[in-house]
Amino acid sequence: MMSTIHVPTMAEMMAQGQTPDILFWVGCSGSFDDRAKKITKALVRILNECKVNFAVLGAEESCTGDPAKRAGNEFTFQMQAMMNIQVLDGYEVKKIVTACPHCFNTLKNEYPELGGKYEVIHHTQLIQELINSGKLSLKDGGVFKGKKITFHDPCYLGRANDVYEAPRVLIEKLDAELVEMKRCKTNGLCCGAGGAQMFKEAEKGNKEVNVERTEDALETHASIIATGCPFCNTMMTDGVKNFNKEHEIQVLDVAELIANAAEL
Amino acid sequence: MIAAIIFSVLLIGGFGWFGVNILKIRSNILLGRDVNRKDKPGERWATMALVALGQKKMFKRPIPAILHLGIYVAFVITQVELIEIIYDGITGSHRAFMASLGGFYTLVISIIEVLSVAALIATIAFLSRRNILKLPRFQKPEMKGFPTFDANLILCMELILVFCIFTMNGADEALYLRGASHASHEAGSFGFAISSWVGPHIFGGMSTETLLVLERIGWWGHWFMVLAFLNYLPYSKHFHILLAFPNTYYSNLEKKGKFTNMEAVTNEVKLMLDPTADPFAAPAPDGGAPQRFGAKDINDLTWKNLMDSYTCTECGRCTASCPANITGKKLSPRKIMMDTRDRMVEYADGKRKNGKDYEDGKSLLFDYITEEEIWACTSCNACVEACPVNIDPLAIIVDLRRYLVMEESKMPTELTGMLTNIENNGAPWQFSPSDRGNWIHED
Ligand code: SF4
Ligand code: SF4
Repeated sequence: MMSTIHVPTMAEMMAQGQTPDILFWVGCSGSFDDRAKKITKALVRILNECKVNFAVLGAEESCTGDPAKRAGNEFTFQMQAMMNIQVLDGYEVKKIVTACPHCFNTLKNEYPELGGKYEVIHHTQLIQELINSGKLSLKDGGVFKGKKITFHDPCYLGRANDVYEAPRVLIEKLDAELVEMKRCKTNGLCCGAGGAQMFKEAEKGNKEVNVERTEDALETHASIIATGCPFCNTMMTDGVKNFNKEHEIQVLDVAELIANAAEL
Repeated sequence: MIAAIIFSVLLIGGFGWFGVNILKIRSNILLGRDVNRKDKPGERWATMALVALGQKKMFKRPIPAILHLGIYVAFVITQVELIEIIYDGITGSHRAFMASLGGFYTLVISIIEVLSVAALIATIAFLSRRNILKLPRFQKPEMKGFPTFDANLILCMELILVFCIFTMNGADEALYLRGASHASHEAGSFGFAISSWVGPHIFGGMSTETLLVLERIGWWGHWFMVLAFLNYLPYSKHFHILLAFPNTYYSNLEKKGKFTNMEAVTNEVKLMLDPTADPFAAPAPDGGAPQRFGAKDINDLTWKNLMDSYTCTECGRCTASCPANITGKKLSPRKIMMDTRDRMVEYADGKRKNGKDYEDGKSLLFDYITEEEIWACTSCNACVEACPVNIDPLAIIVDLRRYLVMEESKMPTELTGMLTNIENNGAPWQFSPSDRGNWIHED
């Protein structure tokens, strides 16, 4: 069913004398991680469907430096940030969408002091706009109708930036039943990946954080765990596997849910 | 006469010593580096009003919030009575305000009594939560010893204070009914909400001499408890009743995900990226000795970090919501705050005793907080969100990491690899940067 996707790069657009309205910042995970690439493509399908005039940086994109900064290496972070800002400013980028809350947070909050000032939105916010403006419509009775879906708040979207509603509004648009975990919104529990934990072994404890979090999700008896972050997605997927529940409960990004429901 | 002199000496001594301690705490806090928290006064006042005065974050857990509110309001109102106690103490009068205030006096004392009963119930509930129900967040390792003693001591002081108030008023009521009270006498009862009702049942059968002694015991007991409480405060987590206000006023108003920008690094990175830049264009920060990158000890932290540590009430809400702690790792954000305070006091006392160049060879990182603790943090901000007085343990954790990484290159080996990958490949994993757009053409 899946149509071929159309992904122009900034360089290509520039060569044709065009400026896109919005830059899709794909991020390291969205570019290289096999699971996250599917989220990236789901978002692209939505952008294509709505004829959003966007572009990506492709090979010119580089890590935002988020994991370096959280790990305490301000040098590496600022080197990355300044190089990225040079590229972004070179293309006169004004607005950025990203499917990763870590990229979102860093670009939105930490780049301005280094000279990079952009309007940055999370993909759930953009999709919400597209639906509200009528550019995207979901056929009712879609694949998720009546299903129980729970949403795991990514720390860097929720507590870090106070975005709690956009992903929830989208889930409700699916005609699905949104069931909250006991720890949600401001009280949400981390998936365990933030603060550069994704890239190292956890310290000694009695449990992995993602296992603890998956228990919260399983308690809701939802059939889908919705995520809004590629790292959360990995952590929750591993958590579900830990309980051998991968046939009962699926882990899907909100962009994937919407793309599926819209049959893109 | 002698009583008035003893009273006045205690008054001056008690408040004087408290003042000395306040100045000491102030100078300890000012050991920290500067940080600007003076912008947006409107938003700051609003934050303080909501979080400190209105206890907004306490109400995430309604039961302790209501109990706490009872003690808090009772505490504030009881201080009204203190004015009369001080006046009576100095002048040797008794219930000096009663005659002039009339019915209003009765009302105020009645409110105090009703709230005191509420505080009594709350205090007993708090004592049982800690000692009988043993709520897990009060049983963590960092609570062993003094912190638990401190919490219980304060609660017991509150109990004694309430008992003193009721002994004082109850005995006085019995005396008043006999026309034997020192209060300017009219016939009948004081009409206080609780003591005038319960007092006669308890004290009515006692001799006038006994009652006069009991009334004095209540009165002096109240005064001693106030002084004891006041002078114990600076050594106790209970200091939060004062610091909660400035601490919430100076809250971090930025988005929680925004980590501070290190300007010293910005200047160096600019030079690295643009060799033609004028190296002298950017003045060295503060013009003084080069600053450490990140924090190893107290004076590398900001005054706000240090104020946070004095404000911590050791309630453990941060720790109870910390994913690392929940899953059994050593990290406890509450311990981070307690360690910071303990180290600050140790360091500051050492300097005061031995001169300002004194170093004791210890530091916050390593001697108090271990590397294992700070590497367990996911920077999720749950602790910051949970804290009822807007304390930011994460800010300290990040600065300690910065020191380890940038000054000592000490970090888990996987992170060394991750950082090298970012520097060489522009991604935390070992992929070629030129492959970054491959997904576009893959299936
Ligand atoms: S930010 Fe760190 S210390 Fe605070 S709750 Fe999260 S993991 Fe724990
Ligand atoms: S930092 Fe805040 S939440 Fe944590 S123990 Fe102290 S007062 Fe409580």
